[in-house]
Amino acid sequence: MGRIQLKQVQKKFGDVEVIPPLDLEINDGEFVVFVGPSGCGKSTLLRLIAGLEDTTSGNIDIDGADATALPPAKRRLAMVFQSYALYPHMSVRKNIAFPMKMAGMDQAEQEKRIANAAKALNLTDYLDRRPGQLSGGQRQRVAIGRAIVREPAAFLFDEPLSNLDAALRVGMRMEISELHKKLDTTMIYVTHDQVEAMTMADKIVVLHAGVIEQVGSPLELYNTPRNKFVAGFIGSPKMNLIEGPEAAKHDAHTIGIRPEHIDVSTTDGLWQGTVGVAEHLGSDTFIHIHGIPGCDPMTVRASGDVAVRHGDTVYLTPNAERIHTFSADGLRMS
Amino acid sequence: MARAVTNQRKAINTTAAWIIGLLIFFPILWTVLTSFKSEAQAIADPPLFLFFDWTTENYSTVMERSNYGRFLWNSIVIAGGSTILGIIIAIPAAWSMAFVPSRRTKDILLWMLSTKMLPAVGVLYPIYLLFIQFGLLDNVYGLTFILMLINLPIIVWMLYTYFREIPGEILEAARMDGAGLKSEILYVLTPMAVPGIASTLLLNFILAWNEAFWTLNLTAAKAAPLTAFIASYSSPEGLFYAKLSAASTMAIAPILIMGWFSQKQLVRGLTFGAVK
Repeated sequence: MGRIQLKQVQKKFGDVEVIPPLDLEINDGEFVVFVGPSGCGKSTLLRLIAGLEDTTSGNIDIDGADATALPPAKRRLAMVFQSYALYPHMSVRKNIAFPMKMAGMDQAEQEKRIANAAKALNLTDYLDRRPGQLSGGQRQRVAIGRAIVREPAAFLFDEPLSNLDAALRVGMRMEISELHKKLDTTMIYVTHDQVEAMTMADKIVVLHAGVIEQVGSPLELYNTPRNKFVAGFIGSPKMNLIEGPEAAKHDAHTIGIRPEHIDVSTTDGLWQGTVGVAEHLGSDTFIHIHGIPGCDPMTVRASGDVAVRHGDTVYLTPNAERIHTFSADGLRMS
Repeated sequence: MARAVTNQRKAINTTAAWIIGLLIFFPILWTVLTSFKSEAQAIADPPLFLFFDWTTENYSTVMERSNYGRFLWNSIVIAGGSTILGIIIAIPAAWSMAFVPSRRTKDILLWMLSTKMLPAVGVLYPIYLLFIQFGLLDNVYGLTFILMLINLPIIVWMLYTYFREIPGEILEAARMDGAGLKSEILYVLTPMAVPGIASTLLLNFILAWNEAFWTLNLTAAKAAPLTAFIASYSSPEGLFYAKLSAASTMAIAPILIMGWFSQKQLVRGLTFGAVK
């Protein structure tokens, strides 16, 4: 079981309110991702759940019981840190065994669990090495192994992949997703990378300045962002936000259209512009277009074989059904 | 661009370093040499450097006249005891200052250090009276206790500096893994800080070993360590430089040998945090 409820949880550091009172419910077995820009309070929120920070007010319930005042050790949560936080003076085996040793588990059971975790994480050959002798990916696996053996109520991940190189990151992302499917345990994952959030989450919590902007499935956030912030944050490349006369045509303060929902033509279309930079990725071409009133530059995602160059004149037509409208206060209208 | 160091410059630096090193070492060398001279040669003018009649007579006299073993044992107990006691008290103190600092932590650290700026003689009278009151005069335990107190600020400061270098996330990981405060300090913090703790131990052992003010003022015969052993040869009825030198050499020899073997650890300890 791993149901976590946050009720009016607030955090202040001195006089600075980092997280204004918020409510959040995380269901058993869910993969929840906290995403937001740097300094939005997502790590603080995770640390509050972990018990590494004290709440200023409000309650945190784990499986229906109030855990607000419990020390981290008593919350039955396991955490994987950004820096891996392995014990450098212990072998991989001892690192993985540490939480079980603290729990006073018997030796045979410890050995069994270490063997299982090592097998699942491809660490069997490295059990007697020290963390310093391992690569970044292996260290991250040890950190995950240390979390698994406790069989916690929930796993907490604090930007666990940000120290890895791009290729390894994609691999580890899939491993963590598979682990979630296999264990079926609640996981809370903090990241600033919206691609990680979109690909891994059952539920995404978008945070901005300590406030929850929206909670929903990846596609909900993509298709119906509740406000301009979520619209701009979720999706890559970013949604184009257009103000002025074009927006007024839709009776809105701002309209948003994603780069992949705009058709580009060299002959005719609704808007005319000039190509600034065209990024050819092979599968896609990202074209940054200048001269569109109310949005400069506008980004368009075209197919990989579109041959446009700097200075070309192009015509753009947005898919009318995919236009998002926002009011002056930034909230979604339709 | 890396700073260019010419060979000539290197030679000048090396020579300068040797000169300074020898200057610092000279008093010790002179003491050792004098201890092998006769009393007459010891005060000869001009001084005799290497060419004199080498004799170990002073050592035999010193050994006959005083019980070196007892002084040595007292030194070991006082220096070792005060250092270990200090470490036991300082580890939790430094832990809290490094990992859960309050707004006043910096002030407390400075205040602790400021007690080292007070001349010891300033508090001799009250401490002496307290020692009489508690029957601790000429008592090994009393001396161990007072030396522990005197070196405690340095021990806390050194450990605090080492602990600050340990990433807090590792301790948080231990907390998440179910470690209580005791386990966290015992299984995670202390093993990780072993190099720092070792150099703190060494430095404080040396400081306590050489401490002379309190050891001379608060002891008479029973608890007297090697500092008192040396002092007993600077007699008012005449100057026995050779015997005094022999006593000094015997007093500093154990700590010198220990320092020699642990110099790597000591240097690392003293430059920790500054050079990384």
